[in-house]
Amino acid sequence: MFYFENILKVLVIIVPLLVSVALFTVAERKILSSIQRRRGPNVIGIFGLLQAFADGLKLLVKETILPSSANKALFILAPLVTFFLSLIGWAVIPVNEASVFSDLNVGILYLFAISSLGVYGIIISGWASNSKYAFLGALRSAAQMVSYEISIGFIIINVILCSGSLNLSAVVLSQKSIWFCIPLLPMFILFFVSCLAETNRHPFDLPEAEAELVSGYNVEYSAIGFALFFLGEYGNIILISSITVLLFIGGWLFPFFSTLSGSLCFSIKTFFFIALFIWVRAAFPRYRYDQLMRLGWKVFLPFSISWVIFTASILSCFNWYILCFWIFLILYLLVLICFLLVSLGFY
Amino acid sequence: MAIKDEDIIQLATTPMNRLEQSYLPEVFKGFGTTLRHFFTSFGQGRTSQTIQYPEQRREDYHPLEGGMEKSNFRGVHRLNRDEDGRVKCVACMMCPTICPANCIHITAEESPWDDREKYPKKFEIDELRCIFCGMCEEACPVDAIELTTEYDIVGLSRQEMVFDKNKLLNVYDVTIDKKPM
Ligand code: SF4
Ligand code: SF4
Repeated sequence: MFYFENILKVLVIIVPLLVSVALFTVAERKILSSIQRRRGPNVIGIFGLLQAFADGLKLLVKETILPSSANKALFILAPLVTFFLSLIGWAVIPVNEASVFSDLNVGILYLFAISSLGVYGIIISGWASNSKYAFLGALRSAAQMVSYEISIGFIIINVILCSGSLNLSAVVLSQKSIWFCIPLLPMFILFFVSCLAETNRHPFDLPEAEAELVSGYNVEYSAIGFALFFLGEYGNIILISSITVLLFIGGWLFPFFSTLSGSLCFSIKTFFFIALFIWVRAAFPRYRYDQLMRLGWKVFLPFSISWVIFTASILSCFNWYILCFWIFLILYLLVLICFLLVSLGFY
Repeated sequence: MAIKDEDIIQLATTPMNRLEQSYLPEVFKGFGTTLRHFFTSFGQGRTSQTIQYPEQRREDYHPLEGGMEKSNFRGVHRLNRDEDGRVKCVACMMCPTICPANCIHITAEESPWDDREKYPKKFEIDELRCIFCGMCEEACPVDAIELTTEYDIVGLSRQEMVFDKNKLLNVYDVTIDKKPM
């Protein structure tokens, strides 16, 4: 009985997740095409809504090609790793008050660990494919994810300091009075940009860099392996959007509309971030690799570390509301200083 | 077609000022532009540039509106016929020699007619290998091979896409009204 109930719970999470991944790909194509003044998929289903399922079916029935010089076992393992890692993160995501698969006390750490493991799928695939493009893509991806994870870690420490808990539900509940994105606005922006890098999205999609690397680490994959990578990648984007919502935008909480169902609020906010991911993809050109590394190590890392010290010292002296006031004041000063520095050509 | 002087536009890049060097205003401008495009072209909106291909075709539009420039479009080949309806080609082997994709295969034979020495017994073009560069029609001394404006050719197998002499002559019969010699 216990197992049955758990399996049901897992299905309740995974099935909507996979459907939303499918719809996400359609949404991405639709939004991108509108931004580029095209129409996008519009033949299969109304507005092309069923396009993703047609694509999925196509990938399922295609021939799986194993490169002759590849390391077969690892080659097959890599997409599975990516796919499952993108799913198991959802175990600790609370979509509403008390609706979470496992209310871990170290939820944030768990998520952090899972997202760090994500790089394995990519490294394994790059190495196992035995192809130069795939290998270069994987190396780049690993370096990129590792560098941005460090600053993500420091940014999350800010949130933990403010909420005083590693439990995601507790983090959300501590945002009842004010969403963390307001007092921690710079960290919020940094977090979002780091998430773009972490999920290998534009403008940090260097592992895929179509122009240089064909398509990076998954270049040798076909059919179902490719589909699993694809699902994993998009699942990761949805996961990281929902983490952003939980950490900074108050999860299922919504001021003024307390009658609104919590999970609906959560989905709307998550959708907003997913749309932002797509929007950013349409708007910005790709970074060069050294620029990416410079941004990660020379800008994000020092900035987030100093903000941790800043938040910690303020929290130890003042209470929460005065903190907001101070942070606002200093924030605007800092923005001003940054702007000055930047405009003096410091960067 | 050589480029005319009046068609050349000189673009001078203006140096960026300090604010632009920070890229921050440009980032938000980029967001604005993309958002405007999104709202004005969602669905088949006002600014949407899509030509709905199987229903609308590029031939129907003026080149300046994104239509097809028919005079120099390079589509599928045809083998021209002369006044008597015979194949015009004299099997001089110019086109297979110049073809960068090596996709023209000709077997020449002594011509049954008096006005020329050779004619192609077999003339095959592999349309899948062809890169539609148009070198063959440039090279042909008797204007026997030409590229037409047809571009939507299909086949169920690779073999079907190797056009033989008959098929190429048929393409001539079909397209001669559209594109006179
Ligand atoms: S168009 Fe170019 S590639 Fe094609 S047959 Fe002619 S010469 Fe060869
Ligand atoms: S160049 Fe012209 S005449 Fe010579 S073989 Fe080719 S088609 Fe025939």
